Amino acid sequence: MNATNFLIAAYVATWVILGVYLVSVVLRFGKLRQQLRELGKK
Amino acid sequence: MSSFWPVVSATLAKDIRLEWRSKDALNSMLFFSLLVVVIFSFSFDPNAEESRQIAGGLIWVAFLFATVVALNQTWARELKNQVLDAYRVSPAPPNGLFLAKALGNFIFVILLEAVMAPLFIVFYNLRALGPAWQLIPVGMLGTWALVVNGTFFAALSLRTRSREIMLPLLLFPISIPAVQAMVEATRILLAGDGSARFWIVLLLTYDVVFTTASLALFGTILHAE
Amino acid sequence: MKRAFPILWVVTVLLLAYGLYQALVVAPTEATMGPVQRIFYYHVPCAWTAFCLFFTNLFASVVYLIWKNNKADSLAVASAEVGVMFCTIVLITGPIWARPVWGIWWTWDVRLTTTLVLWLIYVSYLMLRRFSDTAQTPVLAAVLAVFGALDVPLVYFSIWFFRTQHPQPVMGKGGSLAPAMLHAFLINLLAFSVFGAMICWSRFRLETLKREVEQAHAMESLGGPGVPETTSLPLSRSAR
Repeated sequence: MNATNFLIAAYVATWVILGVYLVSVVLRFGKLRQQLRELGKK
Repeated sequence: MSSFWPVVSATLAKDIRLEWRSKDALNSMLFFSLLVVVIFSFSFDPNAEESRQIAGGLIWVAFLFATVVALNQTWARELKNQVLDAYRVSPAPPNGLFLAKALGNFIFVILLEAVMAPLFIVFYNLRALGPAWQLIPVGMLGTWALVVNGTFFAALSLRTRSREIMLPLLLFPISIPAVQAMVEATRILLAGDGSARFWIVLLLTYDVVFTTASLALFGTILHAE
Repeated sequence: MKRAFPILWVVTVLLLAYGLYQALVVAPTEATMGPVQRIFYYHVPCAWTAFCLFFTNLFASVVYLIWKNNKADSLAVASAEVGVMFCTIVLITGPIWARPVWGIWWTWDVRLTTTLVLWLIYVSYLMLRRFSDTAQTPVLAAVLAVFGALDVPLVYFSIWFFRTQHPQPVMGKGGSLAPAMLHAFLINLLAFSVFGAMICWSRFRLETLKREVEQAHAMESLGGPGVPETTSLPLSRSAR
């Protein structure tokens, strides 16, 4: 049924947005930890 | 605190004198206002009966744009001559400076509106079916709502990158209830469609809340640097 | 506290999975709206989480204005960003739900419009933080948060009155909730609250780390060797 597509779209949209944000946080974490390590070495 | 009103009037007088001497900003803004009205009139066919319904919105959107352009010039001069640093160091109350700036902007924008409003009336064949005198408090309160927050946010965005775009970005969301009130009140008064009293009271409330907030917090942002 | 972090994430994921199962499988299909109604189990908990986060931001901003506590500022940044993210979800799932059920994508009703305005205010907050690169950014942002908070009741009130003058289609949530639906709703409400708090905590830790790195950069350029102890000095954001 057509309405079910909307249901799927809503749930997918939710998880895509959450996923993208979480991934960005994790990546930023990695970058910063690396910078800290490099500064520690100097 | 006793130096508050003298500071306000002295600063206001200075700003008006400076603005009047150069007249650059004034002339360019007046012409800009005229252009805005003409473009709106082309884009929204004023011959339809609906013009009385939408004119309120059109007029205030036009005023909003004119206000933003006018406000952007507010602090530029102060920054250029490092007047801001002098204010920070002086014992003068900072919210006195703020009130003077806001009043100066208010006078400036009212002047622009005094040019634009008759043009809108002419181009849209407007006639108020409701109590027309109420348009004056609507105009005053509405303009003050935009100007008081606009002056505050102009100061807030002084040291940001892309200062000019920052002002409308900050101002527009916060102004939404005020803009709704101005537009609705104007529409009601033009169309004679009920009472605009609620919206006028809302505008008054908005003005009181944000004037108080701006006066209370201006010192904080001025001395934050 | 930090030890609990991974364990709490496991709990969060389990709660979310259980919530999803409840929402899609266990909860009965609603009579009038059909399966699309299940969006409700995500839409409302996300709205609740977003509002909690924005309230957290207001609280943190006021604390910062009074005590100039840097942890409060980090919390303000974190809660604003995560709040905008959840609010975006609300604004997207809302119209997706409304379209098949009520035939319209949008209506200027009180809840939806207030959510939109809140979203706009906080996006402008994030823009201010991004475009302002100086030591006084936290103060400016905190002041903006206060202004936003003052605005919200005015927004709500003005739209409420507008709606009484201009009646528009009502996008309600349907009738009362059956017990099984209520159960699914509450599970998801809990799951998203915990989820929101955990993401905010993670973002807070990220912000704290970022400031540590900036401090290290600053100390390095001053000629000091190695990575110093973290102090509570606010420094301007140098390299991003």
